Amino acid sequence: MSENPPRARARGAGPVLEVDGLSKSFGERIALRDVSLDVSAGELLAVLGPNGAGKTTLLSILAGITRADSGRISSANGDIGWVPQQAGLYRRLTVEENLRLFSHMEGVPDVEGTVERMLAQIGLTDRREDAVSSLSGGNQQRINIAIGLIGDPAVLLLDEPSSGLDPSQRVRLWEFVAGLAEGGTTVIYSTHQIEEASHYGDRLVVLADGETIFDGSFEQLRRAAGPQPEGSAADPENDFVRFLRQRGH
Amino acid sequence: MRWLLLKDLQILRRSPLVTALLVIYPIVLAVLIGLAISRSPEKPRVAFLNQIPDSAGLSLGDTGGFSQSEARARLCAKIDCVTASSRADVEQKVKDGDVLGGLILPADFLNKLQAELSTNSSQPATVEVLVNQDDPLKAQVVDDRINALLNQANLLLSDKITDVAVNYERLLANGGEFELPFLNQTVQILGLRRSEQILRSVEGSLPPAERGQVTQVTEFARLARQNLALANQLLSSIRQPIAVDKQVIAGSIPPLDTFAVAVAAAVTLLFVTVLLVSGSLALEREENTFTRLTRDLVSREGLLGEKAILGTGAALVVTLLMLLAITPFQSIGWSRIYLIVPAILLAGAASSALGLAIGAAAKEVRASALLAFALALPVAFISLVPSGTVSKSLLDVIHVIAGAFPFRPALDALSGALSASGPGLGLPFLHLALLTAAYLILARIALRRFT
Repeated sequence: MSENPPRARARGAGPVLEVDGLSKSFGERIALRDVSLDVSAGELLAVLGPNGAGKTTLLSILAGITRADSGRISSANGDIGWVPQQAGLYRRLTVEENLRLFSHMEGVPDVEGTVERMLAQIGLTDRREDAVSSLSGGNQQRINIAIGLIGDPAVLLLDEPSSGLDPSQRVRLWEFVAGLAEGGTTVIYSTHQIEEASHYGDRLVVLADGETIFDGSFEQLRRAAGPQPEGSAADPENDFVRFLRQRGH
Repeated sequence: MRWLLLKDLQILRRSPLVTALLVIYPIVLAVLIGLAISRSPEKPRVAFLNQIPDSAGLSLGDTGGFSQSEARARLCAKIDCVTASSRADVEQKVKDGDVLGGLILPADFLNKLQAELSTNSSQPATVEVLVNQDDPLKAQVVDDRINALLNQANLLLSDKITDVAVNYERLLANGGEFELPFLNQTVQILGLRRSEQILRSVEGSLPPAERGQVTQVTEFARLARQNLALANQLLSSIRQPIAVDKQVIAGSIPPLDTFAVAVAAAVTLLFVTVLLVSGSLALEREENTFTRLTRDLVSREGLLGEKAILGTGAALVVTLLMLLAITPFQSIGWSRIYLIVPAILLAGAASSALGLAIGAAAKEVRASALLAFALALPVAFISLVPSGTVSKSLLDVIHVIAGAFPFRPALDALSGALSASGPGLGLPFLHLALLTAAYLILARIALRRFT
């Protein structure tokens, strides 16, 4: 057993992250306009939207990488983990060398225990001595997420975590993420895959042109999209496109 | 194929730094090389001060001599004579590096040379040569030039003197008139042939009435002996009629071997450090770890500091190893290790800071390596151009460029640390410290657009 297991968190025990009136512009282009949301402990929140909707900008601001022009962010304990879209790893180092390095950088009290726990959590104990460059994209993404989890954050931000993965790798990844949420970690991820959001998201926030145009469950989005046209296939993607068109996007 | 080509051109267009480098680098190199080869190394710039009165010349008897204008024309055909108005003017030009050296012909030069060629003078004709040996390479160049000029002048004089000696020989053999130097008197020389005729004519009889002819022969014998003695003096003076009084105006130089070691150490240090640090920083971006690190794990200044320490440490290890490896072949002043280590550390810090600026600007490992090579190689090259071998204006440009990079101060610091006769360490150390600060600031600014 690890000497420093992750903290157990109660799911749904009030908001761990509150966002109020975030706005951000890049020159003339408005990337975010007055975005607000509250996220509870253990919640799986999917941030959806077409390309250029402001998903990555929102996650970058929540991660503290980009400064918002206005608005406020408050976190219950200020502890937010971040996983970039492109795996931020040293590819010439081994799996455990990467985990050990970032454990040291995070200042965790038991580095070796944390490395063992992370290796077990991402299922790569038997490949601990392999160079990261020799691993598949899916496995690299798992290490990428593991590094985001090293500090045992209450909130984990994932920027399009499944991009570039094949279907089986995606399924394994989402099972892993879902396990995190069940353990009480709040997970906010951006995606433009409505299928993934409908399957693995407790709640969906839809952004378009920097504005929040929907905040709720997938069922609520489907109802908001209106009746399905005759002859069209019933699937989440059609529902999502119908919803966007209805809102003028 | 065409689409691939277009794609590559698009990528190049979106990498303005690499594109600019590809265009500007060969142009700059071509200009530098062109300027270098456009000035023939056979005509070094020399400040020339002639203190000899205008009317004076060198007389070499019947064979003629040299007028001042002829001597100057011959001299300035070999060197680029920069006329100086006074000795102070010569010294200033040498100090400024405007000329390779200064040549002063003292007012009594021709008189002494004339006396040396005519009599058994104990005072050689001496020219003054003023040099600024600010590095051993330049010292070698100056010595070579002085020796070459001296040899040419001596050769020219020896040709003339040989003609004089031949005339003396003819005079002794055939007889004729001889003008006594300084006395403005002409004497008749009988010559050996005529003497023989006279002796033959009196050989059989030798009556007292003919004693006057015998007296003539006796007088000839005396003059012939004196002329032969004069010819001997002339022939001995052919070896080195002009002496050189070389004076070093400024500069303190280490031995050439030590300087070569310092050059090798500085080049190694610069290349290893710049390449390592620039590549290491650019790799953080290529691996997508820069944002992860600087988000909350380390500040950007901390990251730059870590890379600078990495580079400086590598510089210390690599340079010390190199000096150790050289030790069996070249004596290294290890007793001066207390100066060698600070010199390497400061040179390493400045080179690391340059590497950081390159890495932050280039953002990609390959581009940073290309940029590092493209900058370091010509900078090292032009930093070794001795003053006086190029024009003053080009030298000023070279000094500005070389001064903006750590190679030259690193070389001075290492030369001074390795040898007690090397340059002082204060200025190079200060220079390196200022460069370190300047490049760190540039690197920090460039990091703003690193992600």
